[in-house]
Amino acid sequence: MLQFYKRLFPYRPFFHWLNHDHTPSRLFTHREFAFTLAGDVYLRYNSFGTVEDFARELRRLNPSRFEVGAIYNARPKDKRTLRAGALQPQLRELVFDIDMTDYDSIRTCCSGKGICKRCWSFIAAAVTVLDSALRNQFGYRHLLWVYSGRRGIHCWISDQTALALTDEQRKAIVGYLEVIKGGAEMVKKVNVRLGTGFGAGPLPPSIKPLVQPQELGGYFTEVILEDQKCFDSDEGTETLLALIPDKNMSAKLRKLWSADPGRSSIKKFADLNVEIKNLGDTQQAKMLRAAQEDIILQYLYPRIDAEVSKHRNHLLKAPFCVHPATGRVCVPIDPEKADEFDPEKVPTVGGLLYELNLSEQPKAEEGADPLRGDWERTSLKPYVEMLQRHAQELARETRDERQRKIKTEASTDW
Amino acid sequence: MFNVRARPSFGKPIANSGDVKQDLGRYPHRLSFYDTPPQDDVTVEDFETFAIDRLRVLAEIESSLIRNRTQEELRLVTLAQSKKYLPLGANSASGMDKNAERSKDRIAERRKDNISHFVLRLAFCRSEELRRRFVKAETTLFKIRYADDDTVERQGFLDSIKLNWEKVDEEEKKDANIKAGLQAQGDYLRKADYVGDTFYKTPWTQVPELVERRKVFLWQGWAYVPSREQSTLVFQEFQTRLEHALEMTAKALPRLDEDDRLIPVLEHLSRGFMAGVPSEYAGPEDDFGETISADMIDDLSSKHFPLCMRNLHDRLRKDRHLKHFGRLQYTLFLKALGVSVEEAVVFWRKAYGGSMTDDKFNKEYKYNIRHSYGLEGKRANYPAKSCQTILTSNQPGPTESHGCPYRHFSPENLQLTLSATYGIPASEQMEIMAAVKGQHYHIACTRAFELTHAKYGVKKGEGLGTANGATETVSHPNRYAARSRELEKEMADRVKAKPAVEVKLDGEDVVME
Repeated sequence: MLQFYKRLFPYRPFFHWLNHDHTPSRLFTHREFAFTLAGDVYLRYNSFGTVEDFARELRRLNPSRFEVGAIYNARPKDKRTLRAGALQPQLRELVFDIDMTDYDSIRTCCSGKGICKRCWSFIAAAVTVLDSALRNQFGYRHLLWVYSGRRGIHCWISDQTALALTDEQRKAIVGYLEVIKGGAEMVKKVNVRLGTGFGAGPLPPSIKPLVQPQELGGYFTEVILEDQKCFDSDEGTETLLALIPDKNMSAKLRKLWSADPGRSSIKKFADLNVEIKNLGDTQQAKMLRAAQEDIILQYLYPRIDAEVSKHRNHLLKAPFCVHPATGRVCVPIDPEKADEFDPEKVPTVGGLLYELNLSEQPKAEEGADPLRGDWERTSLKPYVEMLQRHAQELARETRDERQRKIKTEASTDW
Repeated sequence: MFNVRARPSFGKPIANSGDVKQDLGRYPHRLSFYDTPPQDDVTVEDFETFAIDRLRVLAEIESSLIRNRTQEELRLVTLAQSKKYLPLGANSASGMDKNAERSKDRIAERRKDNISHFVLRLAFCRSEELRRRFVKAETTLFKIRYADDDTVERQGFLDSIKLNWEKVDEEEKKDANIKAGLQAQGDYLRKADYVGDTFYKTPWTQVPELVERRKVFLWQGWAYVPSREQSTLVFQEFQTRLEHALEMTAKALPRLDEDDRLIPVLEHLSRGFMAGVPSEYAGPEDDFGETISADMIDDLSSKHFPLCMRNLHDRLRKDRHLKHFGRLQYTLFLKALGVSVEEAVVFWRKAYGGSMTDDKFNKEYKYNIRHSYGLEGKRANYPAKSCQTILTSNQPGPTESHGCPYRHFSPENLQLTLSATYGIPASEQMEIMAAVKGQHYHIACTRAFELTHAKYGVKKGEGLGTANGATETVSHPNRYAARSRELEKEMADRVKAKPAVEVKLDGEDVVME
């Protein structure tokens, strides 16, 4: 690990991403970092004046992982000298966390801590939905998606307006985005329509387009029916039947399916389609179609960990950390290509150090940046460049903002 | 200064606009955002009586909110209470012959309104809890007054405050995304001609409440608020400004060069408000003469626990694990039940069994138990969660088991659970399910209590007992458990007192002749 912090961690882009600028601002100096050391020692409320200090401490402590927190009204490291309760979080990236464990009740390929390319499809579907909602509906521009190192994904939103959200506003955005609700004992977890049963209305405008075939509808056929085969097992079949609001219909289908035990998920869903078609244009058909849409949402709509997003003081593992259990680096992911991402092909710390050893060590240049690192000579390069581009956009925004300010000040001086 | 302009109106003609000038000094409008504190001298007596009068109104509002009164009841009660203690008339009230005098009355009323508000700010800015409750009550009062206000005067008030919203022009409404979005929003809300309304757009952060409930269409960070929801914007603004002001007041308070005459008054005021409605369970009146050890919990659970705790207990036994909020809900419940921290640690350690190493338990779980008991971290004495908290905060996620079964189980699973855990036959579940359907979860729980305690002679409609003619319903899991244990004890005492009655002990069921 020490070698990783010495030679591979991309300090500069990481700093620019948090700081939005080249000279350290409050966004960096008042920012909380928390380190987890070997033996589960947990150090909270660290903060650093410069990125050089940060790098020195990281190399000294050699933490197994570290987390990024909020920007406070004072330097977090001074917490002990402040009055109790005086240290309050002010700004914080808006973050989202999606974890595969929340999909345990529906995925059939792995369970618990396991993850494979197949169950990644759930995450990919979730990323597509959330990314477009956050950009189009909320108007955010600077989203960084990061693989969490094992079985989940994080999203960091660095827009100025997102940084400034209060806890109440964060709660509102989570409430708006959250669709899957109810505990383990609630069979139907999607209840977003006004009214119930025959009186149920259409889906809200933010969710309605998602059930179309080009969105989650398509994923549903591919992932749920063809790949995961969620309704093949008896248990899955029962869940499906329980989600059909019409008792006669579910009894009819149960009879049909128990006569043919091996019937595949795709055929079962097709059976349901046929039955609905036979009903023509009746109220009942409308209700069942709505139930079908809700099933698609229940299986594929993002299951976000709401607590992480709601509070500014929540800590979240930093990008480019190494996951202690898998050795994988938490690398950024292009949301456009979330489908192609394979968690099993992510660079691991061992692999990267091996690559370094194989490659030729270039001669150290005079006056070279000690924080530059050797990541350019490894397969980590494309990922670091992704962070660099992201950070550059943030820095450009800060610069434009500053120039605008200077201009307006100059014009009012007259 | 502001002018109350008469708009070209369709309704009644505006009385005395133009010809008679009213001079209302610093209080041109009936409604106020309370931006400017009182500048003139206030006697200590006024200081206190004004505040107490306002407190009477606010306390009534708060108790109405807790007792779940309907909007209409709340409005009527509040207006009646306001009339008595804090009258606040409109500019254009009847009896316009004595204009000058009326203006004087209006000014006096509004001055009282203003002063009392600022005094209570001082009294209630001290803790998070007080601030939250004050904001809630004040915002409700503002809403009621707003709805009650004369339309023209309200418009005048709205024009006088600067709000961050802009009207959406027809051009923008033709944009494909926005047109489709507004259409779909109207469909979703099932309002005909939603699109035809006038819309205002504002950064979505101004209306988090509307956003959270998906009441407005969102695009590029803008919320498109129809004019009928305009009031929400005003209320939100009122609330935000008040919250901000209270925080500023709290910060400034220690530095206030304070006169000894005021502090006792303020202390007294805030205590009175706190005492009004008990929000936390205070602990059983009777400790039942025994200490609860870890081994007893299984037995207690099957006899006395409400369904939410039974469910957590059974899940824990079945899975040998509970998720974070489940652990929290259950630990705090056990704490209030009287389980000591030592016993709690033993209980949880045994519950996890061999699936967890001692090391992991000590590191990750023991701390949290001790934290719940106020022995770690900031050492706060956390109260056990009340039904209201369980119902409304931290909704259970897809794999979590905390929360209220009556609310968070699907009806089918709830019915199964009721018969499996309580042995309530389907024929008697009708009323429970009806209450659940009507979202009266506490009634459902109370009914379950009555059914499961029938053996102690509890009859339908008696709930947890009656006091002052009112039936007590379940409002706290610990109250449920305490009452259940009380009943058992009473029964045991009765049996002891009358040994002649033949008692058959059949498992848990005590059958009396």
